[in-house]
Amino acid sequence: MKLMHKFLGAAAGIALTAGAAAADPALIFDLGGKFDKSFNEAAFSGAQRWAEETGGKFAEIELQSDAQREQALRRFAEAGANPIVMAGFAFGDALGQVAADYPDTKFTIIDMVVDAPNVRSVVFNEHEGSYLVGMMAAQASKSGTVSFVGGMDIPLIRRFACGYAQGVKAVNPDATVISNMTGTTGAAWNDPVKGSEITKAQISQGSDVVFAAAGGTGVGVLQTAADEKILSIGVDSNQNYLHSGQVLTSMLKRVDNAVFSAFTDGVDMETGFSVMGLANGGVGYAMDEHNASLVSAEMKASVEAASAQIASGEIAVHDYMSDDSCPALTF
Amino acid sequence: MDFFTLIQILDATVRLAIPLLLACLAGLFSERAGIFDIGLEGKMLAAAFFSAAIASMTGSVWIGLLAGIAASLFLSGVHGLASITFRGNQLISGVAINFLAAGMTVLIAQSWFSQGGRTPSLSGAERFNPINFPGALTTTNEVKAASPLMQVYSELLSGHSLLVYFALLTVPMTWWLLYRTRFGLRLRAVGENPAAVDTAGVSVVGLRYAAVAICGILCGIAGAYLSTALQAGFVKDMSAGRGFIALAALIFAKWRPWHALYATFLFGLFQALELRPDVIEAVIGMKIQGQFLGALPYIMTVVILAGFVGKAIPPRAGGEPYVKER
Repeated sequence: MKLMHKFLGAAAGIALTAGAAAADPALIFDLGGKFDKSFNEAAFSGAQRWAEETGGKFAEIELQSDAQREQALRRFAEAGANPIVMAGFAFGDALGQVAADYPDTKFTIIDMVVDAPNVRSVVFNEHEGSYLVGMMAAQASKSGTVSFVGGMDIPLIRRFACGYAQGVKAVNPDATVISNMTGTTGAAWNDPVKGSEITKAQISQGSDVVFAAAGGTGVGVLQTAADEKILSIGVDSNQNYLHSGQVLTSMLKRVDNAVFSAFTDGVDMETGFSVMGLANGGVGYAMDEHNASLVSAEMKASVEAASAQIASGEIAVHDYMSDDSCPALTF
Repeated sequence: MDFFTLIQILDATVRLAIPLLLACLAGLFSERAGIFDIGLEGKMLAAAFFSAAIASMTGSVWIGLLAGIAASLFLSGVHGLASITFRGNQLISGVAINFLAAGMTVLIAQSWFSQGGRTPSLSGAERFNPINFPGALTTTNEVKAASPLMQVYSELLSGHSLLVYFALLTVPMTWWLLYRTRFGLRLRAVGENPAAVDTAGVSVVGLRYAAVAICGILCGIAGAYLSTALQAGFVKDMSAGRGFIALAALIFAKWRPWHALYATFLFGLFQALELRPDVIEAVIGMKIQGQFLGALPYIMTVVILAGFVGKAIPPRAGGEPYVKER
């Protein structure tokens, strides 16, 4: 076993030095793991796309524990990888410490803001994507009542809810939007049982489309929606396949695009604050074979039109985090 | 508030109370035998993971249930070993079990399934599906349109999984075992005065191991219920503090089986109400924070402990390892 580890370590070392020679980019996954069907997998597919299109190579590592964050960053930086992209807000502290030590290396952090001259901080306009899926929800709803299940009650999640409610009201001003948060502690991200119960309660209040932005709790929401034969909307990555034919769409955060553009920009990457919105393909909604039968042509056309208008600035979607209030929904 | 809303809240109460009830009875056996167990949470979590994982691998929820019970029994064994054989501190051993379960489940899930600490979604025979009584309606919208009697029948009585009906049966079974059998008398005695039991020639250690084993089995069923009946798969930390609410219910019930049923259903009702702020607002005419209802079980336990509603006296030998005098 020990010998095996040594060989693996040596192999990894060789891989790293090989990367160094050409100043290849590097990608660090968060604890969820490369194939988590969500955030990290999206990052990986972006890197993969870059590799296929350019024929380049990139180094990558899956973290096994929190303690490895800084170590992984330093090893890649010392091996000469450039730029180094990390997926996940949890890298904030580690990067804050490491970035200054490697001024010639460019870093990209996703979902978090780190203020350093050689760091690009990528954040997403979740409210814009939520607006679009809200429009689809309102059009798919027969009862005129739709609902939202949030995870932990934090401003970021209210931003999802607020964008969603605005989208619903844009299509049907008389629609009712029921919004519930699972809790106020971290446990709220991983309580699918409660997510199920909230969904059932919302269904009894008339809801027939439910949008879950609740991490692991959302698994319960989508499951219950499928069991009760109403439509649901997934979040972050494409979750349409989870219950084929019963998930209306998924609000996408295009982490893959963020990784792809960081890799493409390479060493000459512009650093600073980067906002990924509808205008630059940072957020969107998912269409695939699993939900093709649920989304009508008119629905798609209206959402596409709104998407173009938001991108051009014609429609301004209110951002809950800008002033802690929401015109379309009271919390 | 219409009748159907009431039925739905009661239905949610049943679903939410069942894991509490099983965990509460598990704690009752253990604590009645003098072994404090704050590791209920961890045992439930481990059982939830292993039942979902094994059910997903083998395709049979029954094998999953057995695996969940085995995992919970194993942790019970660890707790027993630490607190009975080695006479360690029961609280510390319980805390260790909680941490161990929280970490190990995610680690193993990640290594087996690579889905970010989750198990794959269960479907069909991999999960305990609801048992629908003959003629009962299944979807919410259908039931809503039915007559009140049909609503009670379809929503409240029918449509639960087998484990729910089993859990309700465990209450009289526990009562009978504790108060009507020789084993029960000895089990209660060992929690009050183990020296007397020892003098009578009955093995204190054996009885206590039996009690923690029963505790493990019940926790195992509670965990399996979470991941294979209520949900279709394991998600990290999915027990979400239910083991601790069960402990509060146990104190609230003053370590008695029937009262455990009432206490857990009361706490389940609070949890169900927490999810329906609209109903509370409509009934009492003002907005109550959901967090307040979520905290009510703990508040009520504190009130009980403060002695306002009678006294809650734990088994006298609880928490103390038994040392045979030489």
